[in-house]
Amino acid sequence: MTLPLHNGEQLNRAKIPQQNVAEFRQQVIARVREGARVAALFGLPGNGSVPMLAVLANGVSGKLELVGTEISGEYPALTPDVPQVHLFERELAEQCGVIPKGHPWLKPVRFVKSLRPGHDTWGRAANEQPLVGVTNFYRVEGDEVHEVAVGPVHAGVIEPGHFRFQCHGEDVLHLEISLGYQHRGVERALLGGPNKRTIHYMETLAGDTTVGHATAYCQAIEALAGCKPPARAQVLRGVALELERLANHTGDLGALAGDVGYLPTQSFCGRLRGDFLNMTALVCGSRFGRGLVRPGGVVFDVDEARIGQLRERLEQALRDVTSAVNLLWNTSSVRGRLERTGVLTTETAREIGLVGVVARACGLERDARQEFPSGIYQFVQIPVSTYHTGDAFARAYVRWLEIQRSVAFVREQLNALPAGPVRAKVGPLANNATVVTMVEGWRGEICHAALTDATGRFAHYKVVDPSFHNWFGLALALRNQQISDFPLCNKSFNLSYCGHDL
Amino acid sequence: MRATSFIHPLLALVLSPLMLGVINRTKAWFAGRCGQPVLQAYYDLSKLLRKGAVYSRTTTWVFRAGPIVGLAAVLEATALVPLGGEPAPLAFTGDLILLAYVLGLMRFFTVAAALDTGSSFEGMGASREVTFSALAEPALLLGLAAVARLTGSLSLSGMYAAMSLETWRQAGPVLALVTAALMVVLLAENARLPVDDPNTHLELTMIHEVMVLDHSGPDLAFILYGAALKLWVLAALLVGLLLPVRTGNAWLDVGAALGGMFAVAVAVGVVESSMARLRLLRVPQLLVGAGALVALALILTLR
Repeated sequence: MTLPLHNGEQLNRAKIPQQNVAEFRQQVIARVREGARVAALFGLPGNGSVPMLAVLANGVSGKLELVGTEISGEYPALTPDVPQVHLFERELAEQCGVIPKGHPWLKPVRFVKSLRPGHDTWGRAANEQPLVGVTNFYRVEGDEVHEVAVGPVHAGVIEPGHFRFQCHGEDVLHLEISLGYQHRGVERALLGGPNKRTIHYMETLAGDTTVGHATAYCQAIEALAGCKPPARAQVLRGVALELERLANHTGDLGALAGDVGYLPTQSFCGRLRGDFLNMTALVCGSRFGRGLVRPGGVVFDVDEARIGQLRERLEQALRDVTSAVNLLWNTSSVRGRLERTGVLTTETAREIGLVGVVARACGLERDARQEFPSGIYQFVQIPVSTYHTGDAFARAYVRWLEIQRSVAFVREQLNALPAGPVRAKVGPLANNATVVTMVEGWRGEICHAALTDATGRFAHYKVVDPSFHNWFGLALALRNQQISDFPLCNKSFNLSYCGHDL
Repeated sequence: MRATSFIHPLLALVLSPLMLGVINRTKAWFAGRCGQPVLQAYYDLSKLLRKGAVYSRTTTWVFRAGPIVGLAAVLEATALVPLGGEPAPLAFTGDLILLAYVLGLMRFFTVAAALDTGSSFEGMGASREVTFSALAEPALLLGLAAVARLTGSLSLSGMYAAMSLETWRQAGPVLALVTAALMVVLLAENARLPVDDPNTHLELTMIHEVMVLDHSGPDLAFILYGAALKLWVLAALLVGLLLPVRTGNAWLDVGAALGGMFAVAVAVGVVESSMARLRLLRVPQLLVGAGALVALALILTLR
């Protein structure tokens, strides 16, 4: 038994079916066999046993399903049957001090203390502060096998993360990624909310996905408060989300060109990314869309003059991006570098539960805007852009396809902006309620799950950034590749460290 | 030895960092940027020379000797290479072998210094550097052998003095093949695209740059200056073949060759702006291709 619900639908917490662990496992395994993916799996740390909740997302039926259970101490791990939950179960073990028995790779995720006093999966003392990155790394032994450690301090201006390569000469046998350096404890800070700080936490969960995470959060609040944001606000949110996608995809294509040493596209796209950011700034005054999306709608409206200016800038930017990006596809040395680099098969992508651009580049039709539409996407559909080769080229090419489709969407929306207010009043949140929201950010599916207590405060707030699903994809893409191709593969995934570490 | 022989080494000492400036300006122009000042390499050198150097405790004298031996070796190479038909200050029969091996000595000490640090990055860079230069060296030697055979001289100064536009008319194909191969060798030996990316900050993809990551201050200045001189030396070999202007006036000849040197710098900038870097697996194919070109050239001279 599972509880079906829609994206952004509020339900009473008591309705979530509570099952024993065996039934729970059976449900999750069965749903995943039917083609669903695990959008979130988390425990609610308390003093007694740990309530566990799974959010299953079936893209074909467009249905989300909730299923719950309660565990204490040990339970048979799901990972051997459903590999895509491996990181969720590691997170669960770390946060709640339970042991998923039979988990093949049970290591800390963010190197934090257990939130359940007295229970620690690795038997560490209560007063022991775990050190980030100190764990048993997988090692390959043998003649001519060597280990290369990269990070957490990198040569470029990027976030910290540790990468351990087991190499045979230039060939990578195995890559292990160890994160957690950016952990801020956001989810814990959200408990007891929402308060004045909450929205600012949301906007900075991953700084480059401000609009995406803020929209997911606001939709959750609106569902819990029973508020419907006006149509004009929904459209403006959609426009801001697509502008965010445009800026980041353009920047990524430029950075990919830079990594293969192709100067023209690198320089042009670097500037053009700024052009898209400036369009967001034209709407709300912030290049990253900070302060735009708020519960109830958006804070800034656009007048006719601004719409005209946005339209003009959009066309100019599309013209420039088209010529800069086509240089990539028309230069054989660039194609030669991107094609067959970091290949992931469709089957692997499905099994490890990839989402977003990376999944679509493996030929999976996964796009929350199409599968679980919310807001303006319920009325306007953006075709899902996929490519089948699963290599760095596909990841670049899908970005280009999405750039074109996002521009078409923004153009269409600016031409037919509904009239009316941009913000509705938000009342108090429902008590003992639960809601799950899904938004397709530029990296992929953003999933927020909120549970309120008897006073309408957050009893638990779970954030799943697309990076959380996708980091393992990068590790697999590197197998049997040249170690010198790592930066290129990493850039083609372009995952968030702080979105993972929260 | 003539007084005019010293024109070229002096020019090389003074102007070689300017070539880097010209390459960077060309790249900036292609990218639509203003770019760094043309004299940036000089500013960098003067800044580095005024700094102190930091040495890791794990390193030995080998690490400190690397930059000094490298610079000394490339200075000797500069003294061996003629420009504009004027003989080099150091010229004797068989000096082309010495040229190849002083460049080899420079590389050996750079690699030894890199391995001395015990860093996995530098070890990887060293391994790549020796793999690729093992393939580039035969191309250089065979190319010079083809020219030696063509001109009947076994000294660089003799070979290049004998070059003229007439040689191109008689043995154009041979010279074209050798020039093409020397251009590839120049790009590979100087860590330029498509073999290496001098601008990248990604340690895992670097070849030459990663080997000198641990050097700082004056040591790094020696390395940068040595690299500029090496670019100059190889470009001089190329220009001597491509632009054998012989007016009889030493100043005019050297002037024309100097123009050729900066034309080579522009060409390097154009190559870097118009193509992506090769996958490391493909680099040996490029170098072996260059080797095949010069082997063909040598066979043509043996007809």
